[in-house]
Amino acid sequence: MLERDQVAHVARLARLELTEDEADRMAAELSKVLDHIEAIRSLDLEGVEPTSHVVDVVNALRADTPHQSLDPAVALAQAPEPTAAGFGVPSPGAAAE
Amino acid sequence: MSAAVLELTAAAAAAAIRAGELDATELFELYRARAAADELNAFTWVADQPPASVAAGAPLAGVPLGVKDLFCTENVPSQSGSRILEGYRPPYTATVVRQLEAAGAPLLGKTNQDEFAMGSSNENSAYGPVLNPWDRARVPGGSSGGSAAAVAAGLVPWALGTDTGGSIRQPAAFSGIVGLKPTYGACSRYGMIAFASSLDQAGPLTRDVTDAALLLRHMVGHDPNDSTSLAFPGEIDLPSRHDLRGVRLGVPEELIGAEGGIEPGVRERFDAAIALAEGLGATVSPCTLPHAPHALSAYYIIAPAEASANLSRFDGVRYGLRVAGDADLTTMYSRTRAQGFGAEVKRRIMLGTYALSSGYYDAYYGTAQRVRTRIAQDFRAAFDQVDFIVTPTAPSVAFELGAKSHDPLAMYLNDYCTVPMSLAGIPAISIPCGLSEGLPVGLQLAGPAFSESRLLDAAYALELAIGFDGSPARTGGGGA
Amino acid sequence: MSASVEYEPVIGLEIHVQLKTRTKMFCGCELSFGDPPNVHTCPRCLGLPGTLPVINAQAVHYGIMIGLALGCEIAPRSQFHRKNYFYPDLPKGYQISQYDVPLCSSGQLGDVRIHRVHLEEDAAKLVHAGASGRIHSADRSAVDFNRSGTPLAEIVTEPDLHSADDAREWLNLLRTTLRAIGVSDVNMEEGSLRCDANVSVRPVGSTELGTKTELKNMNSFRFLAQGIKAEVDRQVDLLRSGRPVLQETLHFDPASGRLTSMRSKEEAHDYRYFPEPDLVPLVATDEMLEAARAALPELPQARAERFLTRFGLSDERSRELAFRPELADFFESAVEAGEGAEPQAIANWMQALVERLADGADPAESPLEPRSFAALVRMVSDRTVSRDAGREVLDILLREDGSRATIVEREGLGALSADEGGLAGIVAAALAADPDAAAQVRAGNMKAMGPLVGYVMRETKGRADGGEINRLVREQLGI
Ligand SMILES: [Mg+2]
Ligand SMILES: [Zn+2]
Repeated sequence: MLERDQVAHVARLARLELTEDEADRMAAELSKVLDHIEAIRSLDLEGVEPTSHVVDVVNALRADTPHQSLDPAVALAQAPEPTAAGFGVPSPGAAAE
Repeated sequence: MSAAVLELTAAAAAAAIRAGELDATELFELYRARAAADELNAFTWVADQPPASVAAGAPLAGVPLGVKDLFCTENVPSQSGSRILEGYRPPYTATVVRQLEAAGAPLLGKTNQDEFAMGSSNENSAYGPVLNPWDRARVPGGSSGGSAAAVAAGLVPWALGTDTGGSIRQPAAFSGIVGLKPTYGACSRYGMIAFASSLDQAGPLTRDVTDAALLLRHMVGHDPNDSTSLAFPGEIDLPSRHDLRGVRLGVPEELIGAEGGIEPGVRERFDAAIALAEGLGATVSPCTLPHAPHALSAYYIIAPAEASANLSRFDGVRYGLRVAGDADLTTMYSRTRAQGFGAEVKRRIMLGTYALSSGYYDAYYGTAQRVRTRIAQDFRAAFDQVDFIVTPTAPSVAFELGAKSHDPLAMYLNDYCTVPMSLAGIPAISIPCGLSEGLPVGLQLAGPAFSESRLLDAAYALELAIGFDGSPARTGGGGA
Repeated sequence: MSASVEYEPVIGLEIHVQLKTRTKMFCGCELSFGDPPNVHTCPRCLGLPGTLPVINAQAVHYGIMIGLALGCEIAPRSQFHRKNYFYPDLPKGYQISQYDVPLCSSGQLGDVRIHRVHLEEDAAKLVHAGASGRIHSADRSAVDFNRSGTPLAEIVTEPDLHSADDAREWLNLLRTTLRAIGVSDVNMEEGSLRCDANVSVRPVGSTELGTKTELKNMNSFRFLAQGIKAEVDRQVDLLRSGRPVLQETLHFDPASGRLTSMRSKEEAHDYRYFPEPDLVPLVATDEMLEAARAALPELPQARAERFLTRFGLSDERSRELAFRPELADFFESAVEAGEGAEPQAIANWMQALVERLADGADPAESPLEPRSFAALVRMVSDRTVSRDAGREVLDILLREDGSRATIVEREGLGALSADEGGLAGIVAAALAADPDAAAQVRAGNMKAMGPLVGYVMRETKGRADGGEINRLVREQLGI
């Protein structure tokens, strides 16, 4: 059902590094689940509206009133790479190769 | 004294404290000692001292609370069972936990769970599996397994869990306690580390139905921080019904048929409970939920899809684990997530990402949402005929550790009877209805949206009639 | 093969506008610009686990105002989606944005149709090494979440523009309109207005669309025009030499004027949109629509039409004034000042005024009073002073008019005449203050009348009658 290269593509989209073994296992396991799930595609759902919310609410809005923001030290307290300029990360442009 | 105090339900303990017969701090210390000596791996964090004070006259009187790890608690580890959040201490507290603290239920400890609430056995925790107090070779169910085991073993009087596709009800059933999933929107989700946003609901895991009602009473209510939360119509009543006269129960053929794989022992307890219900005056009839057999498929598209997005924030930038080395940004992301997430979480992220990806959205996500519409319609139609729907909570009793961990699909089938209610957003409760092979069996009752008070009433009448003896609560588990 | 074919550019714009709310789109953190990093953050806009978005009502109000100002249909019910991709400036790993049902659609501004207007949240700011002295390693960046979650309106046009200059001019109209309705600072340099362009070319006469490219990072009006011009030329060159245009995203470098491809080795974007389950649908109620309608001032385009029909200004002059509200306001104040100057003459003199002001400056912030300006225009129309002298008077008034206490202010605001004594004295003072000019006028050089009139105008804050000044100067000089 799910080919290895599809698994690799999805893993890239999801930012998950998979080992060869994991990718093989993932392809097999996901295929099995997808096989089971396939059945719903044969249902006649012509004209049925999709449900993304079961709650019957609209316009949950808030007033444009400021709240107390966090102290920057608290915001950065759990960061793996706190710096004076903010949350440190590898530069998106900088390639490792 | 301590053995007698341990016998008290939370509601009884609260009443004793209010009457001046019991000291709240002593009660907290008694449970704190038991939780700290936990041998079931039910807790991931236990308070090191009792709260400074409990407001006199607070309705919950200081009876301590276990809270599933995924509820954010300020400055207290909140790791959602994941390595990627190891040691994470949030700067804020989840709304329901705040509400319960304000009502007088202080935090005793954080309970173990399946990673990001993904699982039905609690084996998917980065902090190790939780053991079932009825048989330590068995799972307590999941994903709120730590809360269920802790309550069943008497390590805490009551606990909070969350239910996305059965994660309160199924562990309650496996552990011989009461678990209630409220109507979607009844309790705020603010501060709950999300699994599947359109399905997640907080709910109580308790020793009996009255405790569930009492805890739920202080959990519900509109929260301006959660756009999907609703004002609960009226108040949650404490249950008082002793019979079921005039109550119409429906047994959905689709859920108790062969496809659900219900074990004979479970079926026996279920049939016996139905007979008791009739004895209490209920009318029991078959009913139909034509699309319920497809609920599991729809659920295993919708929940992973939402989860795949909800878990994107775990990227090693602002908090939690980072695996870096000299890596570039994309490698940093991919390695952090590869090492931070466990196998089941990865599986669901992959499944959800695939289902939403270009070219597959309509086939999977769009279809699943339409099935969801049909399922909700099925329930509405059924509730025109009956007051409540009854099923076994889970197809089996607690299984052995490792029995299903290598077969995802077999594991997913645990949720066969609980997932339809989740998709429809309706309340459902699991109560113990006896033992099979010496292990608890759960009975599930589901009602229309916001029927919690009536549902609790019916469950209470049945609970009295069943007379389940939850003995591991007093003897198993912790050191006392 | 097709060297002789003439090509026509086809251009559509995608504009992101930061809304001028007090707080962010989904949390109560205050909007800021230029503050120290991460002082405006909270669990929500940092994407902490367990947090949920709540829509800012004011952002919705502004969104509807924009829709109405652009003649759009407002969706009775719209929805937010998640747009999924990983980037350090995107704390949740998805942007909450509107997708299949935007808040507004099918509008028109000027000659350009509006495809849609939708609401979304802005990303945080990624500070690269070099840009900040505080990051020391070249391969490190830092994220500042102050901007994270700022409300944005994304405005997408149909491909109705056909030259770089048209694009630039239309974007100016859009900016003017948005500024006039007060929903945004619309400042390209500060990033509160950002514009991408979709550019393709096709043989003149063809109705088919060619392959388009997307141009990003044109962060000023000048660069927008430069970037589009460069891209149109590039595409025409490609087609003329028989090579295809590739669909890609291009990054404009203002320094070199070059466009570079942003195509990365990454897989093509797959945003995996799905309805945001943490938010409920947005329903534009009658009350919301009414409130937005009531909040709209006269729009620049309507104002231009009014200038055209009511004052008989030319189409071009009407737009020049109306599309810059500060000029239009000054113009209207001068017209209403009651000095008897013709609106058309005032409008013509506005040109001279604008030339004397710094780029984009508001004349209301100069010392010049609209009333003096109107009086000056009338004097020129009356030929009381010459055109050249009028320009000199304008220079003087721009330096000093109203900038210090004047006799008029001391003596009250009544019109001055020789009879009241004041004016004759001021004229005498003018002649004494500038004997050079006095001598030249006496010698018949009427151009030199300018400084003298300017002195009197300044001292009287424009309340003196031009004819009277002229008469008094002649009288006192004995000519
Ligand atoms: Mg956008
Ligand atoms: Zn914020």
